[in-house]
Amino acid sequence: MPIISYREAIRAAMREEMKRDENVVIMGEEVAQFNGAYKVTEGLLKEFGPKRVIDTPISEAGFIGLGVGASMLGIRPVMELMFWSFSYVAFDQIVNNAGNIRYMSGGLINCPIVIRGPANGGTNVGATHSHTPEAMLAAHPGIKVVCPATPYDAKGLLKAAIRDNDPVYVMENTILYNDKGEVPDEDYIVPIGVADVKRVGTDLTIVAHGRAVITSLKAAEILEAEHGVSVEVVDLRSIRPLDEETILASVRKTHRALLVEENKPFCGVDAQVAYIIQSKAFDELDAPIGRVSSIDAPQIYSKPLEDVQIPSPARVVEAALKVLA
Amino acid sequence: MSNRHLTTAVAKPTALTHPESLKNPAGPSAFAKDPANAALTKADKVKLYTQMARIRHFEQRCIRTYQQGKIGGFLHLYVGQEAVAVGTLSVLGKNDHLITGYRDHGHALMVGMDMNSCMAELQGKATGCSKGKGGSMHYFAPDKNYWGGHGIVGGQAPLGTGIAYALKQKGLKGCCLVYMGDGAVNQGAVHEAYNLAALWDLPVIFIIENNGYSMGTSQERSTAHPGSLAKRAEGYGMDWDLVNGHDLYEVRAKTAIAVKRAHEKNRPTVLEIFTYRYFGHSMADPDKTYRDKEEIKGYREEKDPIKLWEKELLNEGVLTDALVASINEAAMEEANKAADFADASPYPTVESITQDIYWEEDNRGKDTTSRGTIIFE
Repeated sequence: MPIISYREAIRAAMREEMKRDENVVIMGEEVAQFNGAYKVTEGLLKEFGPKRVIDTPISEAGFIGLGVGASMLGIRPVMELMFWSFSYVAFDQIVNNAGNIRYMSGGLINCPIVIRGPANGGTNVGATHSHTPEAMLAAHPGIKVVCPATPYDAKGLLKAAIRDNDPVYVMENTILYNDKGEVPDEDYIVPIGVADVKRVGTDLTIVAHGRAVITSLKAAEILEAEHGVSVEVVDLRSIRPLDEETILASVRKTHRALLVEENKPFCGVDAQVAYIIQSKAFDELDAPIGRVSSIDAPQIYSKPLEDVQIPSPARVVEAALKVLA
Repeated sequence: MSNRHLTTAVAKPTALTHPESLKNPAGPSAFAKDPANAALTKADKVKLYTQMARIRHFEQRCIRTYQQGKIGGFLHLYVGQEAVAVGTLSVLGKNDHLITGYRDHGHALMVGMDMNSCMAELQGKATGCSKGKGGSMHYFAPDKNYWGGHGIVGGQAPLGTGIAYALKQKGLKGCCLVYMGDGAVNQGAVHEAYNLAALWDLPVIFIIENNGYSMGTSQERSTAHPGSLAKRAEGYGMDWDLVNGHDLYEVRAKTAIAVKRAHEKNRPTVLEIFTYRYFGHSMADPDKTYRDKEEIKGYREEKDPIKLWEKELLNEGVLTDALVASINEAAMEEANKAADFADASPYPTVESITQDIYWEEDNRGKDTTSRGTIIFE
């Protein structure tokens, strides 16, 4: 199976879906002539031409709203945000319009838009460029949110998102763009709302999404090598819809749960996951649910401190040992 | 990118100020013989009158229902502005679309939404046009090219620009009319939409329904360089014009020019249509603090678009007093029946609260891509 990067996997997903469906168009800042701020869309302008790969002005409320409107008429726009942090200036379009129009029209109008781009801290760029809005956006019924951690999932989830008839917001991670993994050439999708057990174990369940999955896998290796603990890592992949069954099945097996995410703790994704575990598997738990999030402050600029702010394998190991104690 | 836009000739707009236009006595329309109007048959003209009358009677019936406590939330009435929706929409063809803000009843009735479902929606009934999930501000009829009904001021401008983009992308010769109030012109989303429409040559017509007040704030208190809302189009190299919204012939004539420009050149236009609302911003507005009663009276008596059209058609011999009476009677009866229909309709079921959120959830099957829990306890 070919080994490609997370960046290449996303590009392949867009390329294949553009070939499959002429209604798929790509829009965003610097996606065409510049080949993408992170080179995710590199070569697509050359292959598909300016009618389908379109540079927008720096005007998120305008062009995201334009994409939402176009999607109501059956265009399938794949909109790139240079950072999901920039979605904040387009919030009305992303939440009020894309998220509500089907409901407010009593089901008459659909909004098959995809908005994608990086949503992560850890890159030494300060608070305004380091937001992780997946929990905030997933809090709105009408919106779907996915957070791929691997190249395979990035491609499969994006392809599913483009074919989906609802708004799907794909949160990528600039730190993962160069990560490599096996990705098949043949057509496949990763269904939205299906979690993936990335590592099988028996003593502790770690639930994570996005780059926190990679962090957790590293921690699991340390826990096994240094502490003889067998850790299962459940990658949510999708925040809304959420695969409750896979989470609960793992907790029922290990009886201990640690939740890891790069969000700030207050009302993060893991707050919801913890509620689900305690309400549906309370009797299965041998210890209180543990949690590792980013330290609760706006994202700090200073690199060494930002590395401390975001969950690290060492912090995950420490928290795991507490849950196992 | 060429500097073509910098040299685009912008049509010289006609002069009209607002509300000074009130001072000019209304006379026969100078636009009766305009190409957009010359082909109108007597039946067409009567129909336009009927459509305005239907909107007015519907809205007036809404007031009663609201006062009976049967309509919750906000109710923004279109009374006084009828010639804007009827005039502009009457020149459209099958590939032309529209989207508007929250003062959306007039457009809805004009595109052919039926009074029953519109009235039922106001009462939050299951038979409402949005199944009781949208309310007054959120009417939709995509089968009639009507994309709402939007509650956030100016938020519909990028959507309408996207509809125009989609038409062009699909190779359809159509356009999108994007309505907004005068209060919307200071929203960033509107300016971003202007820029995209002009930059990408999109067939969109931005229609500012200037009724003089953004809620309770007059233009003078809300807008830098007031009196030139449409002129802001020049900053984007767009054509623009000013329109007397009390004169149906003029509304049709100037809209037709913009539609032709959109169809033939894919160029956007900003039309500022001067109009006036007789009631408060919404029914929640007691309408006592920001304008005087004389001003309202003046518009009602001198500039009422329906009365002026009626006068025009009586002079032309198209309407008779008897026909006027029967049209109004029928419109009132239709509105009353709609209110009865709404009264008699059931509320939506509790189960329906969680329906119509996700297409994939409502249509789960072999073709859907979603699994897992999507509605949470």
